[in-house]
Amino acid sequence: MEEKLENINPKLYGKIEERVVTVDDENEEVVDDFDAREIFDLIKNINDPEHPLTLEELHVVEERLIEVDNQKNLVDVKFTPTIPHCSMVTLIGLSIRVQLLRALPSRFKVNVEVNPGTHSSEAAVNKQLADKERVAAALENKHLVSVINQCVSVKN
Amino acid sequence: MGTLSLKQTLSDHQGRVWNVSWHPVKLMLASCGEDKKIRIYLHEGGKYVMKLILAEGHTRTIREVSWSPCGQYLASASFDATIAIWENKGNKFECSATLEGHENEVKSVDWSWSGHLLASCSRDKSVWVWECFNDEYECDAVLSEHAQDVKKVRWHPHEDTLASASYDDTVKIFQDCTDVSEWKCVATLSSHTSTVWSLSFDESGSRLVTCSDDKTLKIWQQYQPKNIPGIPTPNDVAVWKNVCTLSGYHTRTIYDVDWCKKTGLIATACGDNTIRIFREENDSDINQPNFSMVSATENAHSSDVNAVRWSPKNPGELASAGDDSKVNIWFYSD
Repeated sequence: MEEKLENINPKLYGKIEERVVTVDDENEEVVDDFDAREIFDLIKNINDPEHPLTLEELHVVEERLIEVDNQKNLVDVKFTPTIPHCSMVTLIGLSIRVQLLRALPSRFKVNVEVNPGTHSSEAAVNKQLADKERVAAALENKHLVSVINQCVSVKN
Repeated sequence: MGTLSLKQTLSDHQGRVWNVSWHPVKLMLASCGEDKKIRIYLHEGGKYVMKLILAEGHTRTIREVSWSPCGQYLASASFDATIAIWENKGNKFECSATLEGHENEVKSVDWSWSGHLLASCSRDKSVWVWECFNDEYECDAVLSEHAQDVKKVRWHPHEDTLASASYDDTVKIFQDCTDVSEWKCVATLSSHTSTVWSLSFDESGSRLVTCSDDKTLKIWQQYQPKNIPGIPTPNDVAVWKNVCTLSGYHTRTIYDVDWCKKTGLIATACGDNTIRIFREENDSDINQPNFSMVSATENAHSSDVNAVRWSPKNPGELASAGDDSKVNIWFYSD
């Protein structure tokens, strides 16, 4: 979207193996809880706003930085901006939030925060991402929603 | 411990319900939300019945609705940056004025005790005071004291004193200073460590309760110059002091608080889906008050609770609004 890329040469990481579907996964009788891997699968293919790469490939999202508590209906996602001054950080956080809001049952409380120590203005970014009123207002902005939709749409 | 009993659930809104407001005189209620519509409910035959839908007043989310003290007007604050004034004309409401001026989302709107003043606040960091006479509205002041998004405005119950709560973690008090005939910030209340979402005066107007993203409730006491406990009042201006902090009760952001003018009970709306009620203890010292939680209703809504309002007519009756697109009517009893 920018003429000039902020992070010209981001470090690349491999993708993890596809999840192996077990017999229980396909059995409709078995109630299976959400786990970190499932949350990860929902967000790993979100596209970076700048690069033709996914958040998984850039290590912006990682399975180890996701916590799920099914009893308390909590999902906690920490994400790591590629550089400490990344100006796209709020947009990336918002894309993760939107994807999870759309995909998860409404009983879940979703926290999306910057991985501590990885961004110069993480407190301000976290406060904005946690403010549901500002998130709701942002999601009424058609231009912003179309940018987010481009990020969350899975490319074939 | 007291009990909060669910009397009725109103499921007419689509999407998140942001706010509810009781009519000051009749058993009547207005609600608003993400669906850009205001719904009016009237108590008939033992329950609340939806009477009217006010649509087409706003092009975006309606964040808050507020009745004028006479009950003739309803003001609505919207993310579309406007405030609409609706006039009750018997069996219908007409949009009689649209107030423009804020640069972006209007977050809150409230009428003063006399109904001659209206306050609004916005993400543009400003608080506006509007003067109302003969159905004309004129901007009296634009107060740009807050450093961030202003979440809530509330008038004193019987004086032209205004309080505002902000994303900048503070609450500010404004008054029309007669010596300069200008609205001025007369106090800044700092103690919360994150966004202050809402506030409410008690019946006397000399105390305030505030609620925050920091998961605490705070009680503030006003001290006039030459007060008996000897609290310093520099420049002979009344000061507001945090005299009590209620922490450890709420597990997520507290989105709203209402201090009942009739019963003295405090209700809170929380992001953990719970409505909590607090009461001041009998032997409480005004300079160091004690409040205890008298009820906590878990899953009062199946999602975040956005608003709680005590009925001004029927002591103990409470309305709440939630992200689960519902308005619930409750009754509190000891």
